[in-house]
Amino acid sequence: MSADGQDRSHWFDDEAGPVVRPYAMTRGRTTSAAQHRLDLIAVVVTEPYADDPEDDPTLSPEHVDIVRLCRDSSSTVAELAAGLDLPIGVVRVLVGDLVDGAFVHVNRPVPPAELPDESILRDVINGLRAL
Amino acid sequence: MIFGRSERGKPPVEPVTLKILVAGGFGVGKTTLVGAVSEIRPLRTEELLTEAGRPVDDTSGVEAKSTTTVAMDFGRITLREDLVLYLFGTPGQERFWFMWDELSEGALGAVVLADTRRLEDCFAAIDYFERRSIPFLVGVNCFEGAARYPQEDVRRALDLDEHVPLMLCDARDRESGKEALIGVVQHAMARASRRRAVTT
Repeated sequence: MSADGQDRSHWFDDEAGPVVRPYAMTRGRTTSAAQHRLDLIAVVVTEPYADDPEDDPTLSPEHVDIVRLCRDSSSTVAELAAGLDLPIGVVRVLVGDLVDGAFVHVNRPVPPAELPDESILRDVINGLRAL
Repeated sequence: MIFGRSERGKPPVEPVTLKILVAGGFGVGKTTLVGAVSEIRPLRTEELLTEAGRPVDDTSGVEAKSTTTVAMDFGRITLREDLVLYLFGTPGQERFWFMWDELSEGALGAVVLADTRRLEDCFAAIDYFERRSIPFLVGVNCFEGAARYPQEDVRRALDLDEHVPLMLCDARDRESGKEALIGVVQHAMARASRRRAVTT
């Protein structure tokens, strides 16, 4: 890759943490083919009739984890990242792959400015009061 | 735990998700506030700061670039099975500000926590939300041992617009945190209706 000719002796101390490894799970990709730009609170749901991800040799164990986690209850991108201990960027790529493979679908959050009416916001206020 | 395929199982609920940001200077109580109102212990997500996740898929440079990790703590409040509110504590350090753009996109609003002993720490957050027209309120976190000032004085010191709500709060206290969140949503609603009144 392009770094070959560059500074291969680049030095990182322990503080830098794992530098490249997380993106090995995405085979070095930092965006997925479909360019799914997923919000942190986008909801990932496993398709009910998705093929068994375990049987798909192109999927990594992390892909399989996501399909499994989102099968019984939906999960947001942020929750997946926290639950699988992966950086958000990695989760985005993996979820993008799964969308392409029709294993999951993603519900994008509605920006508040595009909410059809105020009833949802009123529900939020009432819900908070009732906590 | 491995779950079998449950083809006949009910499909999971797909909730509407909303987010509110909790901003402010380092150590002002952002994660404390998130933890006080969240139904889960605040979770931590991390993002590696390279070009990763950017719309430009240019891997050249990624390998050679040293990375930094930005951590964000977040909490969750399930208001209804189909309505879930997420709270994100914004990274405190100013050098991570570009992360805010992505966090604040589509946010319902923000709570800016202020500490009267270090008011200047929240100037940057206030500026940020003002410029992007994101509804926010200022919560003055009443630390023990910190002098209390009249709200008017704090408003003046922060140079707040008159319509921006300011309240005293205790980030450790659940009721107080709830009040702040309700305040943000009410403020967002009021602003939306003012805006509608102007455009129609």
